[in-house]
Amino acid sequence: MATIEQPTERKVVVKEMSWDPITRIVGSLGIHTEIDFTNQHVLKCYSTSMVFRGFDIFMKGIDPRDAHFITSRICGICGDNHCTCSCLNQNMAYGVKPPKLGDYAYNLAESADFMFDHAIFNDCMANVDFCEQMVKETNPTLLKTAEQTPAPHGDIHGYKTIAEIMRALNPFTGSFYLETLQVARYTREMYCLFGGRHTHPSTIMPGGVSADITHQTCTDYYVRLMRYIEYAKRTVPMHDDLYDFFLEQLPGYDMVGYRDTDLICWGCFDDPEYVDYSYRGMTEWGRHRYITPGLVFKGELVSTDLVEINLAIRILLGSSYFDDWSSEETFVDKDPLGNAVDKRHPWNKVTLPRPQKRDWADKYSWVVSPRMYDKRNDSYVACDTGGGPFARQWVTAKAGLVDIGYLKATGTSLQMVLPRTASMPEMELEWKIPEKSNAIERDRARSYHQAYSALVGLHCLEKALVEIRAGRTKSWNSFTVPSEAVSVGFHEAARGVLSHHMVIREGKIANYQPYPPTPWNANPRDVYGTPGPYEDAVQNTPIFEENGPETFKGVDIMRAVRSFDPCLPCGVHMYTGAGRVRKVQHRPTGLS
Amino acid sequence: MATVEFVPNQQQTEQITAHVLWMTTGLSCEGDSVAMTSATNPSLEDIIQGIIPGMPRVVIHNQVVAYEVGQEYIQAWYDAEQGKLDPFVLIVEGSLGNEKINGEGHWTGFGVNPADGQPITTNAWVDRLANKAAAVVAIGTCATYGGIPAMKNNPTGAMGLPDYLGWKWRSRAGLPVVCIPGCPAQPDNMTEVLLYLVLHLGGLAPAPELDDQLRPKWLFGRTVHESCNRAGFYEEGNFATEYGSDHRCLVKLGCEGPVVKCNVPVRGWVNGIGGCPNVGGICMACTMPGFPDNYMPFMDEAPKAKTTQIPAQYIYGPLYRWARGWEIRHNGDKEPAWRHNRNELTTGYQPKNYARKGA
Repeated sequence: MATIEQPTERKVVVKEMSWDPITRIVGSLGIHTEIDFTNQHVLKCYSTSMVFRGFDIFMKGIDPRDAHFITSRICGICGDNHCTCSCLNQNMAYGVKPPKLGDYAYNLAESADFMFDHAIFNDCMANVDFCEQMVKETNPTLLKTAEQTPAPHGDIHGYKTIAEIMRALNPFTGSFYLETLQVARYTREMYCLFGGRHTHPSTIMPGGVSADITHQTCTDYYVRLMRYIEYAKRTVPMHDDLYDFFLEQLPGYDMVGYRDTDLICWGCFDDPEYVDYSYRGMTEWGRHRYITPGLVFKGELVSTDLVEINLAIRILLGSSYFDDWSSEETFVDKDPLGNAVDKRHPWNKVTLPRPQKRDWADKYSWVVSPRMYDKRNDSYVACDTGGGPFARQWVTAKAGLVDIGYLKATGTSLQMVLPRTASMPEMELEWKIPEKSNAIERDRARSYHQAYSALVGLHCLEKALVEIRAGRTKSWNSFTVPSEAVSVGFHEAARGVLSHHMVIREGKIANYQPYPPTPWNANPRDVYGTPGPYEDAVQNTPIFEENGPETFKGVDIMRAVRSFDPCLPCGVHMYTGAGRVRKVQHRPTGLS
Repeated sequence: MATVEFVPNQQQTEQITAHVLWMTTGLSCEGDSVAMTSATNPSLEDIIQGIIPGMPRVVIHNQVVAYEVGQEYIQAWYDAEQGKLDPFVLIVEGSLGNEKINGEGHWTGFGVNPADGQPITTNAWVDRLANKAAAVVAIGTCATYGGIPAMKNNPTGAMGLPDYLGWKWRSRAGLPVVCIPGCPAQPDNMTEVLLYLVLHLGGLAPAPELDDQLRPKWLFGRTVHESCNRAGFYEEGNFATEYGSDHRCLVKLGCEGPVVKCNVPVRGWVNGIGGCPNVGGICMACTMPGFPDNYMPFMDEAPKAKTTQIPAQYIYGPLYRWARGWEIRHNGDKEPAWRHNRNELTTGYQPKNYARKGA
């Protein structure tokens, strides 16, 4: 007998949830969302930052040689990346090339910074979202499974089950968390050997490095580096075990933090044999970097040419507390090669702050909205940096240009060989370009990048020792500041692309525009309504947390946001307790 | 067995819970918090785990390391405002913008006002909490004196915490703002002062002695030059002419060390490694109230520095150098004559029972 059921109404509960500040990142970030708790997914996300300082305003008119000292202070964790980027920029403006030892010293300092930054961010900040305490509070069922699941690489890293890995990541009690705090110290000692201080260095200069580099400097670096390589041998398989467990146990977890593969990487670690820092030669020397620059639209590597990439950068407004600059002066209409430069390019950007009330429907952030112009279809693409390592490895692997023996890009993967260390044999690692751009793959790439950075450090150290043993200990060349110049520095901060654009007039800074990774990732909706990458990635995130709206922690959203390694000198806060009910919709669900 | 007390009233002082509310949301880069994670004397975990006998239990609320997020994290600030956290130390990192000049906007905020959905400014939090705190600490040059965001032509009117609260301001326990300058502050300087203040709250140490710029005297009593390992080159009039492998005194290349109060040459940067002049960097005066404006451009020698540098280079320095070089060549580098492998003993000792080989 057939029965016909009446159409029933299903209640869809949508709540506003906010997290501001978001902790375990650097800087002020707020994430404001609307979540559909009935269907377990995020409907809307707004990303906001509450801090404005105005570097590009107060740098006008200063001596360009002060730029690296000042811009370092933009960020407390990638300050040294800013400093280095500014020096690359100034080298272009002044036409100076450091001695090879100076170039290697830039690389040795920066690779140590990546080793530090990826270690502390992965295991003392982001992976706290995967620790036992957090999983117990958000997915207790999953924790039970983890107790029963053997870790596939337990023989290498020493943790027998997945739950043991999670316990090792508990803040201030877990063994791996505590070990990583120590690792994050001796890697900064490595940085200080060349940079003097971390995070605002005192020896990284235009023209080279003012550290007095001796055999002792290299010995002190070498012993710490080998200790780190041994740590990386345990770190990578441990993270693989943890992340694979989430993907296997929670089908669909690969949609957490998912977005299209629209990536940018400016490349870094110049090869002293090729780099001359000139704009004219930038296409060529850019491709010789140990991390390849590249622009990726929808999973296609469309360029590795830094000049082409430079000309495609646009700064848009839309939801930011700034006025438009279209009626302001144009600083650069042609680049040094004669190519046309857009009014919305950083060289022509003028910063005009207009503080005002926060309004989600209008202006709601101090972050602007950088986009990459896609000339093929006249569109502005919200590219992300994948938190740094994801884009760097994606582009480098795909381009297939890097080959330093123990580090090789194959076109589909990166092959790395880690040398024998005190208590572990040689180890081979291979990172393959993943199908999706999502939270887990960003985190996994960061782990592999610890090994990658260590190998770049090892290569540069061996080359630096060749220089020192041959008596070539000079690491700095003098220069003069020209009265007029147009220049750019392209570099990578640990968490992704970093560029500094400068215009010099009458020997002083006429315009200085730094674009760190976070404006690319954390930006609000632009003038065309296109959301920024955090917003986009969170809006695609399904909810796997077992808590309902009353005790909701938002761990899946946190994993999505933290996978980008935010550094807003920002945060996401939960200001309405259990969430304010935004609307209750009644939708007929039809026949059941 | 009777419990031994290693410090007076250990049982009681260890029962105290001191909260540390570390606000990173001044106009800052959070470089001080990041640097703090590299401290080793003491380390962050040393403080949390209570490394010194008698020290009160410490709970640190800092958003770079906090487990909690959003409302769960910010609750401590509301609790402190309502007197539920006592005692607590308020740390401010970053300078304070002038929020009187920006209409309905904000320069920097922390948390959101539930009533109107607008950010609560960092300045408003300082107003709410400073008079309830047992001690107020400004960490880093931005918070102490204004620093980089307070440069000439800045759009925010940035200032340091003593500029905001007033230089005569005192906490309810009678302490001025404790200033730990540096850009960023030297990591151990931060954790050591924090430990000191916690011991002070437990009654185990007197109030920290501060100078007229509110710096702890034991950390900022000497200049960079007075503890620099290159200062001897200055004395001998020996000055570096380029950065890098020239390991002589850096004053002519812009080093401000002779007139800057800072202990980095003694303490190094991380666990004794690094530190500006220790590895060849100029001192750019980042701990000083006049930083950065009074020291730019950083890579040029300060004009006033020539008055002492020139006599050192051309008058007494060469004399010292010659005299000491002579002393090294003619005395220090000479071994005494009795160190030899000849067929005799010439040390001055008169042996009674020795025999020659083969005799």
